[in-house]
Amino acid sequence: MARRARDADGRRDLVVVGNGMAGARTVEEILERGGAEQFRITMFGEEPYGNYNRIMLSNVLAGLESEEAIFLNSMAWYRENAITLHAGVRVGRIDRHARTVRATDGSRTPYDALVIATGSSAFVPDIPGMRTVGRGFHQGVFRFRTLDDTRAMIRYARTHKRAVVIGGGLLGLEAARGLQTHGVDVTVVHGPGHLMNQQLDAAGGYVLRCGVEALGIAVQTSARTVGVLGDTEITGVQLADGRVLPCDMVVVAAGIRANSSVADTSGFLVERGIVVDDQMHTLDDQGTPDPAVFAVGECVQHRDQVYGLVAPLWEQARVLADVLTGTDPSAQYHGSRTATKLKVAGIDVASMGITAPERPDDDHIVISEPRRGLYKSVVVRDDRLVGATLVGDLEKVAPLIQAFDRGSPLPEDRIALLFDLGTAPAEVGVAELPDETTVCNCNGVSKGTIAACVRGGVASVAGVMDATRAGKGCGSCKSLVAQVVEWAADGDLQVDESASWYVPGIPYAKPELVALVREHDLRSVSAVFAALAPGGVEDARSKMGLTSLLRTIWGSDVVDERDGRFINDRVHANIQRDGTFSVVPQVLGGVTSADQLRRIADVADKHSIPMIKITGGQRIDLLGVRKEDLPTVWADLDMPSGYAYGKSFRTVKTCVGTDFCRFGLGDSTALGIALETRYQGLESPAKLKLAVTGCPRNCAEAYVKDIGVVAVDGGRWEMYVGGAAGAHIRKGDLLTTVDTPEEVVMLTGRFIQYYRETANWLERTYAWVPRLGIEHVRAVVVDDAEGLAASLDAAVQASVDAYRDPWKERDDPAEPGQFRTALPLTVLPQVPVR
Amino acid sequence: MTAGTERAVGVEHVLGPVSEIPAGEGRAYGVAGRQVAVFRLRDGTVRALDAVCPHRGGPLADGQIDADVVVCPLHAHVFELGTGVCRTGRSDVESYAVRVEEGQVVVSIP
Repeated sequence: MARRARDADGRRDLVVVGNGMAGARTVEEILERGGAEQFRITMFGEEPYGNYNRIMLSNVLAGLESEEAIFLNSMAWYRENAITLHAGVRVGRIDRHARTVRATDGSRTPYDALVIATGSSAFVPDIPGMRTVGRGFHQGVFRFRTLDDTRAMIRYARTHKRAVVIGGGLLGLEAARGLQTHGVDVTVVHGPGHLMNQQLDAAGGYVLRCGVEALGIAVQTSARTVGVLGDTEITGVQLADGRVLPCDMVVVAAGIRANSSVADTSGFLVERGIVVDDQMHTLDDQGTPDPAVFAVGECVQHRDQVYGLVAPLWEQARVLADVLTGTDPSAQYHGSRTATKLKVAGIDVASMGITAPERPDDDHIVISEPRRGLYKSVVVRDDRLVGATLVGDLEKVAPLIQAFDRGSPLPEDRIALLFDLGTAPAEVGVAELPDETTVCNCNGVSKGTIAACVRGGVASVAGVMDATRAGKGCGSCKSLVAQVVEWAADGDLQVDESASWYVPGIPYAKPELVALVREHDLRSVSAVFAALAPGGVEDARSKMGLTSLLRTIWGSDVVDERDGRFINDRVHANIQRDGTFSVVPQVLGGVTSADQLRRIADVADKHSIPMIKITGGQRIDLLGVRKEDLPTVWADLDMPSGYAYGKSFRTVKTCVGTDFCRFGLGDSTALGIALETRYQGLESPAKLKLAVTGCPRNCAEAYVKDIGVVAVDGGRWEMYVGGAAGAHIRKGDLLTTVDTPEEVVMLTGRFIQYYRETANWLERTYAWVPRLGIEHVRAVVVDDAEGLAASLDAAVQASVDAYRDPWKERDDPAEPGQFRTALPLTVLPQVPVR
Repeated sequence: MTAGTERAVGVEHVLGPVSEIPAGEGRAYGVAGRQVAVFRLRDGTVRALDAVCPHRGGPLADGQIDADVVVCPLHAHVFELGTGVCRTGRSDVESYAVRVEEGQVVVSIP
């Protein structure tokens, strides 16, 4: 077959069908080999996005990662590498003779070389009731394969309460765990006799099941689903044994199938996947390799194997790139030995080779502790490790993978494979790992790649992680990555300084930054950039943190540059999704009055407030206020700001205390009001939420606040610090117990000021207190062991004295157009009116 | 429209005095049926982009800026002020030729 004539620049056309992890990784490997000089690259992706890390969808479902965070290649990457990306366009047919791909948008694209990387899709068994005639899947049935699947599931889970997940493999368990975080009751229905039967033996599967059930997920094994019940809404699933499990949504995670239909209809040899040879060439239906068409990834069948894990895909991509670019024309892929290390619903699982002994003289060593959630099993044949399964503890996984991959010698005492019996420490283990050992399974990064990166001059853990993406997947290998980097740097490791910088644009940690700001008398954000940023360059992401720091250092003597503030702090309200704002007036200690309520009601009527919401901090939130209406709303309320928008002292929640409660031991209401009155609006590195409760019944939830005060018997007050009950849950540490409310007020101020002066930007007290240690915090704040108390007290007093209600700006705007709409042609609010 | 494409010569519109835009901030204007955010850098130059973030409709004029980029206030997507190119993987926004003439902001809409 004659090559198409090359264009004037001598480059050939490379077309990649599929923009998932395999397709994009192959292109990266090709570019790394100088492929941009050989090829003009065009990519087709069925999904309307750049390329994202599909492995991380379970974290998106569980709310642990944002959608943005899982993108591997932004649109900018395609642009920078001059790749033409057709996102959201499906290829319908490949004309091998004309060397053209035809897309369903009608376009035809010629190629000199073609890579098929169409991946796989969810396999959905044909269960009655799952599909509605003529309309595809029932609206309550979901697959878990794409970002859109994930979004749809999250949306549906908001209004539905019970889910059945069909399939107890990796994906099914991840889906179950993810849905559970949305408040959904989940039952996993699994056909085989134990969970993750592809990777685990029955005993290991049992230990995993115990762990999964301990999370509150119900599990049914040996349970076959034979029907989905319900017409418009799902009412349950029917099992083969006649039982019905009530539910209102169903997730199908029953495995994946290679997407091979394009190849099939275009005359390529397809069995369970697109058949390829050792150089990743596709074959025609006579079995003859096509020199111009390759395939890679989960759509591929190589030597009878179809892989559903990510590591083999990286190996295939490397071979394909070597062959295609001519870097190593004889490169061959010989299949992958799959050693996998996974986190399943938060439980560590590793497996390699066979799961159980197969011959009479196979050695089999098993440690099974279901109650501790631990399971370890190794199979040894002829002194070689041929299989291992670990659940719950992966400490020994690196040497096991090494022994499995390399056939390296095993200790005579086999049990030493599973325990550190006085053997070498971890660093030696890292040194002994062969270069090919995969350290990061998510992104397919080997020890050799990490070492080469370090030798190439990157000498920090974060730098290596950025450059190689090691540790940027599920994150379970981060400590191993760090160990390899340390080993490779051989003592030359740079401490990753930027990680310790207070803000990304100024290369100093907070203590040095504070000292420099004082030394150079820097009183504005622009002055800090000019004096301390590399090249004097300002950085948008650093401005808010600097603004807060300068106010902490200089109080009212700061030069206020409004562009240094986040929009919330420019207009003293919290921006909402449609660009309107929420208004929360101060309600000291959560105690209001008929007069306040009447005024709030009048304001809500006058301004047609779309939603009035009681907040968790015992206040009243008026939502959906247009920016230009803020000054009049404040004027009509005639109440001070409640600071529900800032990185600042927010609110003090109280219980009814001694006035009415028959259990109250101390006047929590009065103390809460005193605290809020004194410290209202203080800027801090992150928000501060407080509570005062009148007895240890803790109705005001003081144990889980940044500062929580609890009245105890004998008129005394316990002070807890560093608690949290948001995304992070932590019971506060007992700072001290004092005799009077005055001491509480004084120590609260001292604690806040020490936090303001030493915490990193956005570091909540629940992170800061453990970082410093409660003993240290107590020594400084309570015992004045470092002699700082007087200066802390004076500094916080200065800030208290500088307090001015920001809502007074209604009469005297700080700058032109402060309250002008930023969406002049959009009719706001767009939020629904309740 | 992607980066580097030449801007079509458009119709010029006078939006108002540049003094309406504080240094380092943005203000939004409705012009020729479009919502345009004009930013005034700390060095005095001006830049103009579509005012609506393509991600979830966030008001870019309320974002924080430096000499190069604006950060959307809703989900921190980053757009280049000079080109509208998104640096965080979303669609780009349109950028417009804009200048200050006799104290007035003049934007060119294609």
